[in-house]
Amino acid sequence: MNYTDTTIWAIIAAIGVGSWAMRYSFMGLLGGRDLPGWVLRHLRYTAVGIIPGLVAPIVLFPAATDGMIDPTRLVAALVTLGVGIATRKIFPAIIAGALALALGLSI
Amino acid sequence: MRTTRALFAQGILSTLPFLMMVGPFGVLFGVLGTEAGLPIGQVLAFSAVIVAGAAQFTALSLMEDSAPAIICILTALAVNLRMAMYSATLAPFLGKAPFWQKAFMAYGLFDLNFLMADAKFREEIAWTAPQRAAYFSGTAIVIIIIWIAATYVGTLLGQALPDWLALDFALPLSFIAMVAPGLRTIPHVVGAAASVVFALLLAFLPFGLGLLCAAVIAIVLAAETERRLS
Repeated sequence: MNYTDTTIWAIIAAIGVGSWAMRYSFMGLLGGRDLPGWVLRHLRYTAVGIIPGLVAPIVLFPAATDGMIDPTRLVAALVTLGVGIATRKIFPAIIAGALALALGLSI
Repeated sequence: MRTTRALFAQGILSTLPFLMMVGPFGVLFGVLGTEAGLPIGQVLAFSAVIVAGAAQFTALSLMEDSAPAIICILTALAVNLRMAMYSATLAPFLGKAPFWQKAFMAYGLFDLNFLMADAKFREEIAWTAPQRAAYFSGTAIVIIIIWIAATYVGTLLGQALPDWLALDFALPLSFIAMVAPGLRTIPHVVGAAASVVFALLLAFLPFGLGLLCAAVIAIVLAAETERRLS
């Protein structure tokens, strides 16, 4: 790392302000305005469109194993997914996944 | 009718169990930031000013490679572009709140409480705008405090942290657990599958833009599936 103190503070400030602006953007500017049906239909799928794609590379190529497929993490992820779909509950899924991960890491 | 105070408390309480997941991720940032040679004040400033895990880790790893400052900034912001999509998704629910409250909720908008609120607001359709804003503010305040506190713990622990804790995996697991129960309709399954496939196919794109393109494709495919099925 090779920056002056001022540069580091500037980086932090710029990312902070920019991130806040993006988070505020639509919430702030649209106000309470009603959105057309087709927009709402798309927005229903934001979570399901982003999160699996965000998680998939982390599950398949974890940084902790230098990007090599790690059977333990893969199995833990699949257990979490399976229990989540079966029970439709968040915490049983997390606990099952964490147990699978702990078990896998201990052997 | 439940008071906004009660919903603020509900927001706080329903976020608390997720500390087990957000906490380790924040600790990890504290550890890596300290290892990278940043003073504690700057590591904490990262978490207090930016409050976004993925963007912080991205900026930190670019800084370790001594990338130009502007590249660090733009790449971290590109990683955070999905927050604009979260903002659009929550706008119909939270847009009526007063400016100061929206400013605060924007500051505390995380993947985690986006997922919580997105599911909750669709379930509790009778909630008024102030009730929703109160609930979301409750989730936000917990996440902000824990994120900063966990980062601080990480700066103290430093390299003392054993690998077997697998801190890296707590948050991904909780994201899976939060999305899985929502895979209840064909459009949701189509969206999730498309998101995974296209994120992997487009992973070669720089600045995390692959994920963004994958998300747009997945959302359009899911919405189109819904339209055709109805």
